[in-house]
Amino acid sequence: MSNTEIITAQQPAFNIWKFLKEEFKPKGKWVTPFNMISLPIMFLGLVLIIIRFWKGIGSVTNLTQEVPWGIWIGFDVVTGVAFAGGAYVLTFMVYILNMKQYHSIVRVTVLNGFLAYVFYAGALLLDLGRPWNVINPIIGNNFGTSSVLFLVAWHFLLYMIAQLIEFSPTIAEWIGHRRAHKILSGMTLAAVIFGITLSTLHQSGLGALYLMAKDKIHPLWYSEFLPIMFFVSSIFAGLSMVIFEGSITYKVFSDQVTEKNHHSHHSIITGLSKICAVAMFAYLFLNVLVFVHGRHFHYLTTPMGRWYLVEMVGFVLIPMLLFFNSYRKKSIQLTKIAAVVTMVGIIVNRLNVTVIGFKWDAVSHYYPTWMEIVVTLAVIFTEIWIFRWVILRMPVLREPPTWAQNSH
Amino acid sequence: MGIDRRSFFQLLGVAGTTLALGKQALAKPSNDIGVEFVGMLIDTTRCVGCQTCEAACSESNHLAEQTGSPEPGKIRPLDETKFTVVNAYNTSKGEIYVKKQCMHCSQAACAAACLTKAMHKTEEGPVVWDGKKCMGCRYCMVSCPFEIPKFEYHSANPKIQKCTMCFERLVEGKIPACAENCPAEAIQFGTRRELLHEARKRIVENPDVYVDHIYGEHEAGGTGVLYLSSVPFNGLGFNTSLQKSSYPELSKGFLYGVPSVFVLWPALLLGLYEATKDNHVKTTENE
Repeated sequence: MSNTEIITAQQPAFNIWKFLKEEFKPKGKWVTPFNMISLPIMFLGLVLIIIRFWKGIGSVTNLTQEVPWGIWIGFDVVTGVAFAGGAYVLTFMVYILNMKQYHSIVRVTVLNGFLAYVFYAGALLLDLGRPWNVINPIIGNNFGTSSVLFLVAWHFLLYMIAQLIEFSPTIAEWIGHRRAHKILSGMTLAAVIFGITLSTLHQSGLGALYLMAKDKIHPLWYSEFLPIMFFVSSIFAGLSMVIFEGSITYKVFSDQVTEKNHHSHHSIITGLSKICAVAMFAYLFLNVLVFVHGRHFHYLTTPMGRWYLVEMVGFVLIPMLLFFNSYRKKSIQLTKIAAVVTMVGIIVNRLNVTVIGFKWDAVSHYYPTWMEIVVTLAVIFTEIWIFRWVILRMPVLREPPTWAQNSH
Repeated sequence: MGIDRRSFFQLLGVAGTTLALGKQALAKPSNDIGVEFVGMLIDTTRCVGCQTCEAACSESNHLAEQTGSPEPGKIRPLDETKFTVVNAYNTSKGEIYVKKQCMHCSQAACAAACLTKAMHKTEEGPVVWDGKKCMGCRYCMVSCPFEIPKFEYHSANPKIQKCTMCFERLVEGKIPACAENCPAEAIQFGTRRELLHEARKRIVENPDVYVDHIYGEHEAGGTGVLYLSSVPFNGLGFNTSLQKSSYPELSKGFLYGVPSVFVLWPALLLGLYEATKDNHVKTTENE
């Protein structure tokens, strides 16, 4: 808060470079449990990434000719993007449906979504064998428009830009640029509409990626409705992440949050739990329809069939009931439990499609190496570091400076 | 595509003359582009498992010399250094040898999957890969129903490797190395239409020898490489449950939906925004 006040007071003499230099210095304590755990992993991850680019993808991963996409795609990208879905759902609620009571968590959610996309698209680069050609589908005459991945790649890029625009008023407030703030705030609605459209298409697009792998994915998980399944589940995956992440950030950065927002956070979480419950009901219903129509009953006695039941009952039906219950009882604790179970369920579901159920009948199965897991953790930790850096500097959780408050 | 008019006619000429039917008139272009896809007909009843094709392939594509020989019950897989392999299968009609390589699908899943058009179906028929465009995402490998494209996992500059139907040789007016060197005449090169003709002829003339099935005629929407066999194909390591329509068809519906969503969603969202705009005003008044 103090920073922005100083800036407003001394506007004419304000030097942006001096300000940035000051802001880039680390804030807060260095020796914290989180830092002590995350730093070695990030360092190890960096070493592994260097080895990967030097010796090839096979030197750190267990990928095979039969299973060319492992957890770097199945978890980092496919699951990570589902979790980042909270941003489009919330901007839809707040900016399109004008549900103002959720406004206080929009910024942190959009920031989370934006960073998720930056880092998961970044993780995608690690998985590319020839990353120097990554711009080919964007520029030049190499438009593979018949490819779902082409659509997904473009949407990642465009959605990142849309999210950056949605978030940019916060940056303008941080550096105290009133004119930019005014212009950027004016672009929010357009960015939100564009962003929701893009999200609809690429959340479902991630499912559509696997449509051509018809013979490789276990029939209990493969259906022509994969895109719709991925889209519907991204709604409650994203919101569960918002609930989970909110419960942590509101604790860790509690000094940033005003009394009023602390108070309203409970009703926000309760409201979100209701939306989750309804979306999960729709998702479960869709799954039952697909299951019955596909006449897959005979699979239920196989190990994969039992695993399918575990997913549907343990990670969809039960968290759905928990969400309904938590809404009825207005129990925040129950909502948080439901959110965590749902998130585990989303990880299970995405991995079932991309890794576990992919070539399930092959002689040798793919398991990630410890190195793939370390790199994944390093990506997540780096994202959290950046997230913390932004939260501590920009008015994300705390109230915007007074000069910016009436402009939107 | 690196093939000019002259070499194309050379190619057609070679395709025509290598056929037993031999009538070049049959090979006359008939479709819009004026080109018919070329392909290969592999007759497993003729193959003797001598592996000459493997050796010719390795030499022609500058690959390491291949090891091992076909043994029933032991599948030698394709990999980034083997574009074609011959495997042996024990069947009711004795040991049968099957040559495996890229099927060069008429509507190739790998090409449809490629977001940079690095993997592409040439006008002539072979499905080939262009390293200048490829970003190494391996979506072609995920999509290919025959699991043909292979990736060099242990290279810092990895390539996608697979049979190209010797496209470079075709451009020079030659035929694929495996087809040229097969001593048993088990591999025949020609346009797909001629090969289907020939395959049907063989089935009709020798009903006791062949099963009435040309693998690749309809599988995955039709492939450039066609197979004949004396026993049902599922006993020879072929996936006979592949769909008869092409694989790109599977994601077509989704891709066709994209423009509609792009037009309808913003309009719908803007409408919702306008409709709910006053909510805020009203609630604050009530407060």
